[in-house]
Amino acid sequence: MQPFSYVEPRSRAEALRLAQAYPEARFLAGGTTLVDLMKSGVVHPPMLIDVNRIGGLDEIEAAEGSLRLGALARMSDAASHEAVRTQAPGLSESLLFAASGQLRNMASLGGNLLQRTRCLYFRDRHFPCNKRAPGSGCGAIDGENRALAVLGTSAACIANYPGDFAIMLVALDGTVYLDGPAGERAVPAATFHRLPADTPHIETVLAPGEMITAISLPLGALSRQSRYLKVRDRSSYEYASVSVAAAADFAPDGTIRDARLALGGLAAKPWPVTEAALLLAGRRPDDPVAMGRLMDAAVDGARPRSGNAYKVPQARSAIRRAFATLARRSARSVA
Amino acid sequence: MVAPRPDTAFAVHDPLAAVTLRLTVNGAVTEVSVEPWTTLLDALRERIGLTGTKKGCDHGACGACTVLIDGRRVLSCLTLALSARDGAITTIEGLAAPDGTLHPMQRAFAEHDALQCGYCTPGQIMSAVAVLAEADAGRPSAATDPAHRVTGRAVLDEREIRERMSGNLCRCAAYQNIVAAVREVAEATDPSRP
Ligand SMILES: Cc1cc2nc3c(=O)[nH]c(=O)nc-3n(C[C@H](O)[C@H](O)[C@H](O)COP(=O)(O)OP(=O)(O)OC[C@H]3O[C@@H](n4cnc5c(N)ncnc54)[C@H](O)[C@@H]3O)c2cc1C
Ligand code: SF4
Ligand code: FES
Ligand code: FES
Repeated sequence: MQPFSYVEPRSRAEALRLAQAYPEARFLAGGTTLVDLMKSGVVHPPMLIDVNRIGGLDEIEAAEGSLRLGALARMSDAASHEAVRTQAPGLSESLLFAASGQLRNMASLGGNLLQRTRCLYFRDRHFPCNKRAPGSGCGAIDGENRALAVLGTSAACIANYPGDFAIMLVALDGTVYLDGPAGERAVPAATFHRLPADTPHIETVLAPGEMITAISLPLGALSRQSRYLKVRDRSSYEYASVSVAAAADFAPDGTIRDARLALGGLAAKPWPVTEAALLLAGRRPDDPVAMGRLMDAAVDGARPRSGNAYKVPQARSAIRRAFATLARRSARSVA
Repeated sequence: MVAPRPDTAFAVHDPLAAVTLRLTVNGAVTEVSVEPWTTLLDALRERIGLTGTKKGCDHGACGACTVLIDGRRVLSCLTLALSARDGAITTIEGLAAPDGTLHPMQRAFAEHDALQCGYCTPGQIMSAVAVLAEADAGRPSAATDPAHRVTGRAVLDEREIRERMSGNLCRCAAYQNIVAAVREVAEATDPSRP
């Protein structure tokens, strides 16, 4: 690792002051992305601002139909929280299906949203990569791209967003709260990440010096009937090749009143399928016409490369499977 | 080292400075000199001489470096020594009783022959000790049915153990016996059993 200085502010205001005074500095939360990439020489901030001593940023609260998660809450604590498990089980699943027990104890929710792609060329500074070194080219488009994206890519970058939690957050209409030089603001989770276009090194709407302070999502019929399905090369401790964050509110006769869907693993950013509510309303999950239309809408515009065409049929069947499981769970809870 | 501002808990402003820290490892306070970029793993192995904790990948991918901080399992290769200075660190050297009596998990690993080369073993054992504590606290895993309310200790059957231990890889593939060792200790210590 390249040498860096290290500061531990006690308050949010001091952390923001430091971030503004040292624009190249980075916040250190769990370090599971940052320290890893610093060791590989992919990023080399001259200063780390360790935000773990700032009080009040790791609280988890469920009240008045809304769940609020502090940015420094750890993945394992959020996943096991009683309100998260009972009122947003899909969100708990999205955390438990990620990484490992050790990593989930370390990693924060804010850091989780900001994790970087696992594209091999991005992680190895001996290769060209427009995300790591803008303008150097993309090693993956004509290279090893089996794990990478088929949706939302550009001619500059086909990296996938690798995380799990953000996919469920987008499906459940979550919000990300920020604080920075221009004050506090709230951003819908669906617009927090950016498409690569010709600036793949800019991955989110986070402004320089801005900090994620909290994450929230509405609790209700949809969050209570949410499910995260992850398809991967090994059954645990592995990133998604495709993942499905699904939620459905069922009427007593088994038809769907309202639904949400977002995809992970195969897109440049968490991929909301906004047509889900309209296409599934009044239908049953085993309705082949409605499900067919939803699967078509979900992968519309997919641009497979040499190694990752398998993700398109994989996503289609995962979508059907996720809604079928939700229907079974709903029937079980009614019975 | 710059005098801390009132709003700053701690700071090392000179990137090349070595800092003397007091780390609490296995109950003893140890003074150690580190740089800001020294990982807890390197501090333990190279500065304090506790080489039981192993370096496999050095990138969070194998679990060989697992230690406990305040009872929680973490990866020491991705933890900066500076950030670990307030915590109580437990390594494999700290599990046995002062008279040398092995921890039940250590004994079970030996009895079940839960290793071949042994390189992953300290990390496996530290992780397994934490798995039991997490189960006692009712923490779910990806193998836990979301509809099932965990009260008291979470069930630790083979599927649960495999899932909860998945962050510890074994290149010798001693998994079968590792699961058997963890299972035996889980059953012997299950508070719900007579
Ligand atoms: C082997 C391995 C396997 C993994 N598998 C998975 C997986 O299957 N699924 C998955 O989703 N993830 C996986 N991860 C990624 C892991 O979940 C992330 O590394 C973790 O969530 C990042 O959180 P952190 O607190 O450690 O972030 P850090 O590493 O501390 O920070 C990451 C980035 O976010 C910035 N940052 C942190 N907090 C804030 C804040 N509050 N405001 C503004 N900026 C901030 C930092 O400056 C840094 O740039 C895996 C990681 C490893 C190493
Ligand atoms: S896909 Fe993106 S991250 Fe990967 S090499 Fe190309 S530009 Fe870099
Ligand atoms: S050495 Fe830390 S996880 Fe491999
Ligand atoms: S015993 Fe050899 S790596 Fe596990």
